[in-house]
Amino acid sequence: MLKLKNVQAFYGNIQALKDISMDVKEGEIITLIGANGAGKSTTLMTICGIVPIRSGEILFEGQTINKMPPNKIVALGINQVPEGRHIFPYLTVMENLDMGTFLRNDKDGIKKDLDYIFTLFPRLAERRNQAGGTLSGGEQQMLAISRAIMTRPRLLLLDEPSLGLAPIITHQIFDIIKKINKDNKTTIFLVEQNANLALNVADRGYVMENGLITMTDTGKNLLANEDVKKAYLGI
Amino acid sequence: MDFEYFTQLFFGGLTRGSIYALIALGYTMVYGIIELINFAHGEIYMIGAFTGLIISTVLTMMGMPAIAVMVLAGMAAIIYSCAYGYTMEKIAYKPLRNAPRLSVLISAIGMSLFLQNYVLLAQTSDFLPFPSLVPEFEFWEPYSHILTSPELMILSTTVVVMILLTILIKFTKIGKAMRATSQDKMMAALLGINVDQVISATFVVGSATAAIGGVLIASHIGQINFYMGFIAGIKAFVAAVLGGIGSIPGAVLGALVLGWTESFFTGYISSDYEDVFAFIFLVVILIFRPSGILGRSQIQKV
Ligand SMILES: Nc1ncnc2c1ncn2[C@@H]1O[C@H](COP(=O)(O)OP(=O)(O)OP(=O)(O)O)[C@@H](O)[C@H]1O
Ligand SMILES: [Mg+2]
Repeated sequence: MLKLKNVQAFYGNIQALKDISMDVKEGEIITLIGANGAGKSTTLMTICGIVPIRSGEILFEGQTINKMPPNKIVALGINQVPEGRHIFPYLTVMENLDMGTFLRNDKDGIKKDLDYIFTLFPRLAERRNQAGGTLSGGEQQMLAISRAIMTRPRLLLLDEPSLGLAPIITHQIFDIIKKINKDNKTTIFLVEQNANLALNVADRGYVMENGLITMTDTGKNLLANEDVKKAYLGI
Repeated sequence: MDFEYFTQLFFGGLTRGSIYALIALGYTMVYGIIELINFAHGEIYMIGAFTGLIISTVLTMMGMPAIAVMVLAGMAAIIYSCAYGYTMEKIAYKPLRNAPRLSVLISAIGMSLFLQNYVLLAQTSDFLPFPSLVPEFEFWEPYSHILTSPELMILSTTVVVMILLTILIKFTKIGKAMRATSQDKMMAALLGINVDQVISATFVVGSATAAIGGVLIASHIGQINFYMGFIAGIKAFVAAVLGGIGSIPGAVLGALVLGWTESFFTGYISSDYEDVFAFIFLVVILIFRPSGILGRSQIQKV
């Protein structure tokens, strides 16, 4: 479904991605783990066309997307919940969700997805008229994921959805990620600091260090791997 | 106290404020989206007035009735100003989208000087008489000693423009995209919004309201020249800052407050320092409310 071939990306003179190749298959949950500053967020931003790549190629369903503007890429069915959530602070919860449907015209489908979200997160329904910027961190994360669901993505990129959340909320969010993968057949590309949790839900994982992919295997095998244990699981 | 004099000043200030509001909208909307003080915005208003003059002269010579002349000249001015606003953004600001803010500001000042001199060369440095496009409404006769027909026209047009703008921003797709883009450009792009298009649309909408203001005021005052955009532009900018730059209701409120201040000061104190009041007032307000009357102080951005 998604292929990255020898992708390199720079911020000015700093090379953030040195040589990234990845392959995501339809229906999978894959995860990308790595230390702070490894280049995980940058990888997601190159896929969405926010950070341009200097060399290499990114393909979505066989089509080259690395020269497209972000809005065209989104229209293909790729959506990202970026690091830091990026809720529109002065729009209400409802208006934030509405922005997720910007490219959609199917009124009935939108209504159905909205009901689905409100059953997943009843709290958002209660706060539908509250300004996004006044929600708590956990509520904002729920809203960010919900807004992404409203875009009906076929590929959903999630950047550290557990950041700053209480363990119980984190588990709830991960359950929901599994649920949308199953219910909507949404392919999931998950970037996480919480390697233990991520490798447990993921079918496959990639390990990234300093702008390079150093390891890739099934989630189970990576969990059992000695190097991964030492570096990322704190065991 | 002379009540009739007071009401005259009140409505005079309201009329003035309406014109400032029509121009201030362009400043505040553009600032809201790309954080640029578009110094050339006053010139868009001036170009609207010139277009209105040229078209209305031609149409009047053809013997059209005043109302038709007004509507057609107004529409021509809107179209022309929008074209200028759109083009200006594309050539002077878009290439500098990721440049430091100072560069963009200098580009804006350059654009402003260029447009002034362009009109100066293409037209004239003299004041040109502008025909009064608004007829004396007969039904309004009994009240015209407080508020003249042209003033009534300015007020009602402004109200209609404000209502249309509110509908645009609140309920249309492009309006929602403008709000989202002004709050978080990257996220807007990640949700499929074409940010460049939204920025263009913002310039076009701001230019349209400025053109309406230009034609209305030119017809009211009766003369125009290439320099008219400068002082009006500064006043409208003051209004936008006063109200809280980036906020649309703020721009309108700031413009009305400024219009009234000027009107009452000149009416009761002295008319010699008309333009100074605006700036004294700005300084005083900003001392007590640095982000403007309705401005948002920097609140949580998680
Ligand atoms: N806008 C930017 N300008 C310059 N350098 C940047 C920018 N964004 C990221 N970088 C640099 O690129 C490298 C990769 O950053 P990136 O955000 O992709 O890391 P990450 O793996 O997501 O880290 P974290 O786990 O802390 O979120 C870092 O060294 C970072 O300093
Ligand atoms: Mg990151």
